[in-house]
Amino acid sequence: MATLIIAEHDNSILKPATLNTVAAAVAIGGDVALLVVGEGCQAVADQAAQVAGVSKVLLADNAAYGHQLAENVAPLVAELAKTAGFDYVLAPATTTGKNLLPRVAALLDVGQLSDIVSVESADTFKRPIYAGNAIATVKSLDAIKVITVRGTAFDPVAAEGGSASIEAVTAVHDAALSRFVGEEVAKSDRPELTAARVIISGGRGMGNGENFALLEKVADKLGAAVGASRAAVDAGFVPNDMQVGQTGKIVAPELYIAVGISGAIQHLAGMKDSKVIVAINKDEEAPIFQVADYGLVADLFDAVPELEAKL
Amino acid sequence: MSEAVNAAERESMEFDVVIVGAGPAGLSAAIRLMQQAQDAERELTVCVVEKGSEVGAHILSGAVIEPRALVELFPDWKERGAPLTTAVTEDQIYLLGDATSARRIPNALVPKTMHNHGNYVASLGNLCRWLAEQAEALGVEVFPGFAASEVLYHADGSVKGIATGDMGIGHDGQPKDSYTPGMELHAKVTLFTEGCRGHLGKQLIEKFALDKDADPQHYGLGIKELWDIDPAKHQPGLVLHGSGWPLTGKGQEGTSGGFFLYHADNHQVVVGLIVDLNYSNPWLSPFDEFQRMKHHPLFAQYLEGGKRVSYGARAITKGGFNSLPKMTMPGALLLGCDAGTLNFSKIKGTHTAMKSGLVAAESVFKALGENDSVGQDISAYTDAFKASWLYDELYRSRNFGPALHKFGTLMGGAFNFIDQNLCGGKLPVTLHDTRADYAQLTPAAQSPKIDYPKPDGKLSFDKLTSVFLSNTNHEEDQPSHLQLKDASIPIGTNLPTWAEPAQRFCPAGVYEVVEEASGPRFQINAQNCVHCKTCDIKDPSQNITWVVPEGGGGPTYPNM
Amino acid sequence: MLSMRSAPAGVGLDSNAKRQNSMKVLVTVKRVLDYNVKVRVKADRSDVDLANVKMALNPFCEIAVEEAVRLKEAGVATEVIVVSIGPKAVQEQIRTALALGADRGIHIETENSPESLSVAKLLAKIVADEQPGLVILGKQAIDSDNNQTGPMLAALTGLSQGTFASEVKIEGDEALVTREVDGGLQTLGLKLPAIVTTDLRLNEPRYASLPNIMKAKKKPMEVKTPADLGVELRAHTELLGVEPPAERKGGIKVSSVAELVEKLKNEAKVI
Repeated sequence: MATLIIAEHDNSILKPATLNTVAAAVAIGGDVALLVVGEGCQAVADQAAQVAGVSKVLLADNAAYGHQLAENVAPLVAELAKTAGFDYVLAPATTTGKNLLPRVAALLDVGQLSDIVSVESADTFKRPIYAGNAIATVKSLDAIKVITVRGTAFDPVAAEGGSASIEAVTAVHDAALSRFVGEEVAKSDRPELTAARVIISGGRGMGNGENFALLEKVADKLGAAVGASRAAVDAGFVPNDMQVGQTGKIVAPELYIAVGISGAIQHLAGMKDSKVIVAINKDEEAPIFQVADYGLVADLFDAVPELEAKL
Repeated sequence: MSEAVNAAERESMEFDVVIVGAGPAGLSAAIRLMQQAQDAERELTVCVVEKGSEVGAHILSGAVIEPRALVELFPDWKERGAPLTTAVTEDQIYLLGDATSARRIPNALVPKTMHNHGNYVASLGNLCRWLAEQAEALGVEVFPGFAASEVLYHADGSVKGIATGDMGIGHDGQPKDSYTPGMELHAKVTLFTEGCRGHLGKQLIEKFALDKDADPQHYGLGIKELWDIDPAKHQPGLVLHGSGWPLTGKGQEGTSGGFFLYHADNHQVVVGLIVDLNYSNPWLSPFDEFQRMKHHPLFAQYLEGGKRVSYGARAITKGGFNSLPKMTMPGALLLGCDAGTLNFSKIKGTHTAMKSGLVAAESVFKALGENDSVGQDISAYTDAFKASWLYDELYRSRNFGPALHKFGTLMGGAFNFIDQNLCGGKLPVTLHDTRADYAQLTPAAQSPKIDYPKPDGKLSFDKLTSVFLSNTNHEEDQPSHLQLKDASIPIGTNLPTWAEPAQRFCPAGVYEVVEEASGPRFQINAQNCVHCKTCDIKDPSQNITWVVPEGGGGPTYPNM
Repeated sequence: MLSMRSAPAGVGLDSNAKRQNSMKVLVTVKRVLDYNVKVRVKADRSDVDLANVKMALNPFCEIAVEEAVRLKEAGVATEVIVVSIGPKAVQEQIRTALALGADRGIHIETENSPESLSVAKLLAKIVADEQPGLVILGKQAIDSDNNQTGPMLAALTGLSQGTFASEVKIEGDEALVTREVDGGLQTLGLKLPAIVTTDLRLNEPRYASLPNIMKAKKKPMEVKTPADLGVELRAHTELLGVEPPAERKGGIKVSSVAELVEKLKNEAKVI
């Protein structure tokens, strides 16, 4: 068995999501190859070769792949999968992976399993459906299995310790269907709620809207987004686009810090898929503590500034 | 947005009949209108507006349904697939003494109106979904997601129709990008079938003094849950009713109400408690009464090991015959629970609401055939109503509720047994109950506090966890649909006098008194509202006015 | 807060005003469980329970319809065609899209809701028949959460793709699509015809008005079968079961902020 993984990178740095995907491939078993496709991305291939568990790095370095346009990359991946005999094609379930892999699957005339959270056997996987409110166990019936992997569900393999060979891939596909026009990199440390790796949210315990400044200071240190509970929004502290759990605002960051939030189920439903939940609340009985990995019973007006100082 | 601006922007549409609310009364009326039009080969346009996001989304009832009116509407209702499939197999009536004891009342002593042979355990929401399909097949325009927000009048004061609410108004009252002005729906006759305490019905009753010859209306709050239970404990068609504990606890003397537990199909039971809203102790919380009730062995025997599927609450109009207002006015009729046609002696309002719709449809169709003018008073309805079984049924039951209010559960029950079983509801006395429910609260300081147990998360639950299961949602960015006439009353009057009972009578956690450094603050969590209308009814200062939120908001009850 | 990095001048494109003036837009819609309704797994864990629950238009599809209608209102598109695939009930969602401003509907009738690849194959046939200048799909349906059909359709038709769109502009022979990608926004120039999938911030859909709902009932709707389109539906996956997500358990209480920071750094390794 052999697995081809599409490495996540920006032509200079291998992104950590790749390591979680390698972990899923290791769970499946067999040889693991990483495909680095981009332009001027030798450095990424060098990093990829270090990743534990990877036996081979394929490097497709060409101007046509510079912005990893799906129209150009998908035919390359499909061709490699077919000609090099890969049984699995995996990518992280990032916007890059989600953009590319279905195009690959269709070119291979196979289905795709999106966002898997566990490997049950060589052909059976679990994946969340209905925004994580149900978990489906799905068996793939295709010869080549095309899969995107939810990073937070797999602990990353080590970034170093491997010594894979690097092979150049010379095939160039330029469909000339699309072109890169530009990008706006979010330079701010305040990401969108739904995309944030860390979220700090305030509830009615914040007392008023001005006190959310306390959370913003912590957020600046952590590169976090600032959210709010429905009760805080209803109380008029903050605008409703900050409400976690609202339409489309189901969040699943790596770290969710709930400050002065009692933990009404409406709020829990919006953030329960977070990897690590921290609750800071002075009410020991608050339901939020029933789901928090780390609970701190304290007055938030003492604890939050202290947290900021210690970060 | 001023009303003048709205009125200038609004478009209008004309129908023969506009019906407000896709419940059993409104849909039955719509269907009967179209059936007659087809038979007479007469062109008729009928439109039903419904504030729920779909038909049935806001419908909540027990329900054991008596099919009498359905048979009249569709003699072939079974072949058409009406969702009444679980026939009642057994009636059991209990009087609960305390948290563990229950006495079964022998069937021979149960008022006849409480016998359910020939009736069905069903979801009224699903029945309404089915009725709406039948109505649409007949050519009725059914518009879910559109809330009738105001009554329109002709210059002569007769009802002209209704306007649907504006969509896309922000919480600050300013139009958002998605702003869509409401529509005026004009009709020759408008039927108001909003259910209990309809917010337009309330305005009409006042404007036309429809209740001037009636006793004050009386209400109950029904709270209901749907449970999946262990198949081994499931007895489809078994129907339990009763009263007593927990409403008879210390300090709650005089509180009345009753419970139900019905075995439906699919290994599900529904369990609920109706608390009469004339209770006097402001510390009482109907929600918590219901939660603790489920721990009684009578309920726990079925619920233990099961899983709660859904939760909801709705006020019911239970004043009956004596409280029934005049149901006609120029250009409009008030029907079903919007008027108060529920038969409390049977604890059933579906067949009576449907019948009121049927009778109205017949009177309206006939009247429009003879006189096509707008704004006429369909006074023929009153005679048709009086000649119908509906009137007879309500008349015979007129003393049932007042007897319970006056004499208590036990003596009132005995009166009802004599009246209903021995005299067929024809005892030559009429009991009246003349104090409005909101005026019954005693000051908090003079009322014993009630200590409710904490929910265990298995049989009993907290309010917000419960509301979550009602699938309630309102667009967040809109003005609150729970309006205070005077914003100072909750903290200035209600809190010192009655410990602000809204915190406890609301079964959805909408009202809270939040302690802040600057003192207590009254918080309205309008997003939680399940549209039960209890606040509009029970607020002792009559300061809360329930108006419709943006169409489509509110609960989304499945199978309720 | 945002910095714009410009790309080198685009590849040579001749503007083709003609296409713009006669462009059809194809929009796809899926009938899904209403987002307000709590999902419940069936007691036998075979699937989720959809009996008597409220179904609705997938929110991302609603955004797709809105975008298409806006293109028509802006004079860019000439006709908006809406397609849905599934049992007869999906016609309700097609009618909703027609009430929101689409011009005509195509219902491809199937017994169940087919898998993404089958959906893409059916849509590819419609694209071949209708020759739209732009196809707009939701980025994903909120039931299966697959996020696949758009790129699959692009592959099968050999067209360009712009997923997770937060802005769509038609300029000459090109669609400029701003995409919500991890860490920022990316703008691509797509050769028309193109396939676009919508993200939440693309637009705020309008409400259907009562007159438009009534008018929608009279708009044309064609019903086709997979056989009519010459597509054989094939299963690529098998659903073995569905379970509710594991309930979160409470963790530990820490006694101080210092301990919290230590745990987050060394135990949870999230900061």
